[in-house]
Amino acid sequence: MLRLEARALPSKAMTFASPLIALALTALVAAVILAGLGKDPLAGLRVIFLEPLSSRRQISEVLLKATPLIVIALGLAVCYRSNVWNIGAEGQFLLGCVGGGGMALWLMGQGIVLPRAVGVSLVLLAGMLGGMLWAAIVALLRDRFNANEILVSLMLVYVAQQCVNALVFGPWKDPQGFNMPQSAMFHSSLLLPPLLERTRLHVGFVMALVLSVAALLFMFRTFRGFQLQVGGLAPAAAAYAGFSARGALWLSLLLSGALAGLAGAMEVAGPVRQVTPYLSVGLGFTAIIVCFVGRLHPLGIVAAGVLLSLMLIGGELAQSRLGLPNAMASVLQGVLLLILLACDTFIEQRLRWSRPTGHTA
Amino acid sequence: MNETALLFNTALASGTTLALAALGLLVNERAGVLNLGAEGMMLVAAVAGFAMAFTTGSDVLGFVTAALAGAALAALFGILVIFLNTNQYATGLALSLFGYGLSAFLGVSMVGRTLSARENYEIPVLADLPFVGPAFFSHHPMVYVAIGLTIAIAWFLYRTRAGLLLRAIGENPEPAHALGYPVRLIRLAAVCVGGALCGLAGAYVSLVTAPLWVEGLTAGRGWIALALTVFATWRPARALLGAYLFGGVTVLQMNLQAGGVQISSHLLTMLPYIATILVLALISRNVAFIRLNMPASLGKPFRPGS
Repeated sequence: MLRLEARALPSKAMTFASPLIALALTALVAAVILAGLGKDPLAGLRVIFLEPLSSRRQISEVLLKATPLIVIALGLAVCYRSNVWNIGAEGQFLLGCVGGGGMALWLMGQGIVLPRAVGVSLVLLAGMLGGMLWAAIVALLRDRFNANEILVSLMLVYVAQQCVNALVFGPWKDPQGFNMPQSAMFHSSLLLPPLLERTRLHVGFVMALVLSVAALLFMFRTFRGFQLQVGGLAPAAAAYAGFSARGALWLSLLLSGALAGLAGAMEVAGPVRQVTPYLSVGLGFTAIIVCFVGRLHPLGIVAAGVLLSLMLIGGELAQSRLGLPNAMASVLQGVLLLILLACDTFIEQRLRWSRPTGHTA
Repeated sequence: MNETALLFNTALASGTTLALAALGLLVNERAGVLNLGAEGMMLVAAVAGFAMAFTTGSDVLGFVTAALAGAALAALFGILVIFLNTNQYATGLALSLFGYGLSAFLGVSMVGRTLSARENYEIPVLADLPFVGPAFFSHHPMVYVAIGLTIAIAWFLYRTRAGLLLRAIGENPEPAHALGYPVRLIRLAAVCVGGALCGLAGAYVSLVTAPLWVEGLTAGRGWIALALTVFATWRPARALLGAYLFGGVTVLQMNLQAGGVQISSHLLTMLPYIATILVLALISRNVAFIRLNMPASLGKPFRPGS
């Protein structure tokens, strides 16, 4: 009979092949869904996976959406490598929007006009602080009260959304905004400078690339990064070596909170330009998928971030061009992650054909 | 109906979703499998049940469809984690994300449709009693089903041989395997039961509480139910009581909003989530207590013969 057996060593080839196989199978699932809806599968796949790369403007939109995904996923990779299950990046992202937005609105309210470099830096820093604060709640409750970080971080997403709502329906509502629940538009000196002419792509994308190199160095070239990884892979060994598990918990959560917050501040100081109740579009959850597809590796995350962003934009295009439900993209994301996890089975195991030989215990 | 009786009545009604889901999750956790996909299963079941009830007009068919949908998704999860040994956290999370997308996808044509408000079933004689009648004996039938299930699951876990086996596998699968029991199939069955009950919970939201379908309808109730299994220290009766307590918090929040209390409605909407965090922190504080009650093999993969 067919059975799984452990490999002596994890398969390197499978580690890299797994996301590609998963992507191919996801495309197959997409084709089946398209056929089921009575659409031409090949034309549909072209719209979802290739159309977003068809023009300069489309490519800039893909990179724009990839920016927060990459930034958030880099922080999550540090968490997951330390075996800290922060799944509430969406909430930390929202608090980043609140922090960054709050700073921008305060500066505008005070009539302070700063050089763009200073103003934008303040906005981004405030966003990072907001995200860090939100993640610190998770770390504190885990550290002091042993409360499960998965549930706490997820619950805080709902709380964060209500915080945003309370602000934009209340004190932050734009007095000149026809009573719409949204803040005033930010002054241009508080917006991230554009990267490409006539597109919405901003310098945040370059910052994301720089951050991924920094994350690479931190994970694989510093002692602190090494300690975190040992703690995640072999907690007992880490404890024996005297690496602090509490330190790892705090560091990974604060780091991922700060990055998710930064991504939030980049959204409000980037394409959105104001605080609205509709900032949460699930980027914090998509970033979890980016993280796994990217093998928890900073360079892999850049590639995966662009891929998932492409699928999101492709899903929007499929909605307008083919009349597909816009949930198509999130179905495919979920399918991708499920298939990926199944494929990952074969990194540490392999299928073997073995004859039943009675009981071998 | 007087005010307090009404409060009890609505607490029971709104706690029933959490009770159904928590009972199901408790069964698969007692077998050693942690399914973080509760929210996704509830959402898909909610839309499946709603679509069935809307087209056929039969609530029973709606609930059955929802239970089957929940069990099917749970089986997918179970095959991945039990037979392919994938990470339980990541797979459960994937199921939640997938379920969110799938339910939105399937429910596109259902958005904006509503069912008429469900009628309560009054238990003869008892419903006529003062106070306790309106509070406890005038409900949608699923409320009584949840109570019945609590008793049935408690009886199964603590009074039957099969229940003992299930708990033994949750503590340590090795001895059961050595005795020749099909550990992985038993775990798969427990996961499917968990999914079916989460399915009922989802349909209760879309058919009774709401009764309509919108994207993300369950609003985190699956995650709260997961936290509830911890509060309940994996015991059915405590899960039921905990669910009613949380139902009470939700009702209180709605009453305060309706009563025009001068607190921001956004702050009130946070209340159930903050309550979950606080109770989780309070219960988890005692590490030894949690460790004593938690199924010892919870979340750990089992590979026979390795």
